[in-house]
Amino acid sequence: MKKNQNESLENQDIEIRLLVDAIYQKYGYDFRNYSQAHVKRRILNRFNLSGMKNITDMIHESLANRKFVDQILMDLSITVTEMFRDPAFYKALREEIFPLLQSYPFIKIWHAGCSSGEEVYSMAILMKEEGLYERTQIYATDFNPVIIKQAKDGVYPLNRMKEFSVNYQKAGGKGSLSDYYTINSGDAKLLEILKKNIVFATHNLVTDSVFAEVNLVICRNVLIYFDRYLQDRVIKLFVDSLPEGGLLCLGSKENLQFSSHYHEFNPLIPKEKIYIRKYLL
Amino acid sequence: MTYRKQYKAVVAGASAGGLNALKTLFRGLDEQFDLPVIIVQHISPNAENYLIHILNEFHKLKVREADEKEVPQNGFAYLAPPNYHLLIEPDHTFTLTIDERVNYARPSIDVLFETAAEAYKDQLIGIILTGANNDGSKGLKKIKEFGGMAIVQDPETAEVDSMPKAAIQTTVVDYILNVEEIAALLNKLARG
Repeated sequence: MKKNQNESLENQDIEIRLLVDAIYQKYGYDFRNYSQAHVKRRILNRFNLSGMKNITDMIHESLANRKFVDQILMDLSITVTEMFRDPAFYKALREEIFPLLQSYPFIKIWHAGCSSGEEVYSMAILMKEEGLYERTQIYATDFNPVIIKQAKDGVYPLNRMKEFSVNYQKAGGKGSLSDYYTINSGDAKLLEILKKNIVFATHNLVTDSVFAEVNLVICRNVLIYFDRYLQDRVIKLFVDSLPEGGLLCLGSKENLQFSSHYHEFNPLIPKEKIYIRKYLL
Repeated sequence: MTYRKQYKAVVAGASAGGLNALKTLFRGLDEQFDLPVIIVQHISPNAENYLIHILNEFHKLKVREADEKEVPQNGFAYLAPPNYHLLIEPDHTFTLTIDERVNYARPSIDVLFETAAEAYKDQLIGIILTGANNDGSKGLKKIKEFGGMAIVQDPETAEVDSMPKAAIQTTVVDYILNVEEIAALLNKLARG
């Protein structure tokens, strides 16, 4: 029985690799350097819902049916997020990072892997309250076009606003979160003025290249899904996007310690995983 | 029957009442016990991981929060960070994710156990302790399927018995013991 288990595990892993490869070859979405255990869980989850006989059937379906692939892309997207997630991080931005940005005539921010946009709007609100938003340009990107569309809409279930409000207050919010949205049949729609200086666009960290020089890169809880090789590639993109003194913000369980680009940065606020690109002498 | 060198790691899952159970478990381990112990304790998403400080008092095993890409080392115990799932890769490194909750939990015991079962196969010991839901049952079943050992806290001795009961109903487990006995068994298994 044990032997059978091990063999069927091996076969299943091969089939999953083939599926991932097929999606890459046909559609260009490359999950080959994602965490294996994570990709497997997500794909098996889809497999169980699909009612198909085996993973190989999923390969055929993926090649023939773009809608099915869109579903897999959604499975492999990170859609769990919230406004002002990790309030202490936003508090640190407000109290320690924004004073540094005050002197800039123009501020460019790249929010890489922004998912459905909750954290992008959090940033916009924060900057508005600190009087920085008018001279800021935010590029908010994600590889998944469906999710970018959601982010652009900026409409979230009303029942999540209570939780978001608590975060907002903990992050040092100066007013009430409800100042920033209107209510429409069970949904909260964020105000258009928040979107004024945000460009939402698809960009794939795995396969696309640098598109702008920015002062601040935010990429939180994205790198944890990548293997070391891919993490390094993505951090190189950030190095190439940031001038000396530019800032990089990672998720609470991410760090640069093992990256080959570690020497390019100094930790600025280690607890919140905020790094500054070194000045070259 | 000899267990010499069979086991490479221990995974343990606890929910309500877990703090006391884990303290007792750690207190009961031999000085020289050194298998890595990887733990999911259900915990509030915003909690500081106070468990680390508490458990560090109870054994030489150095207790810390699991980091992504870390390889579990002998002599260390690892706790899943609050609000992250902890997965074990085929090369035994840790992956952290913020996917949806599983069994209403993140971290989820099933997520750890199922991935650990595939990574460690018959070299894994899985333990379900006290708790109020059924997280971990599927994972423990998978550990058994891959030839690992399944241990469950005796529901009679658990602060909350639903999680051990659910595990026992789902899998033919190897041992049902109180926590002191589980520690003694782990000592024996680790010595080989």
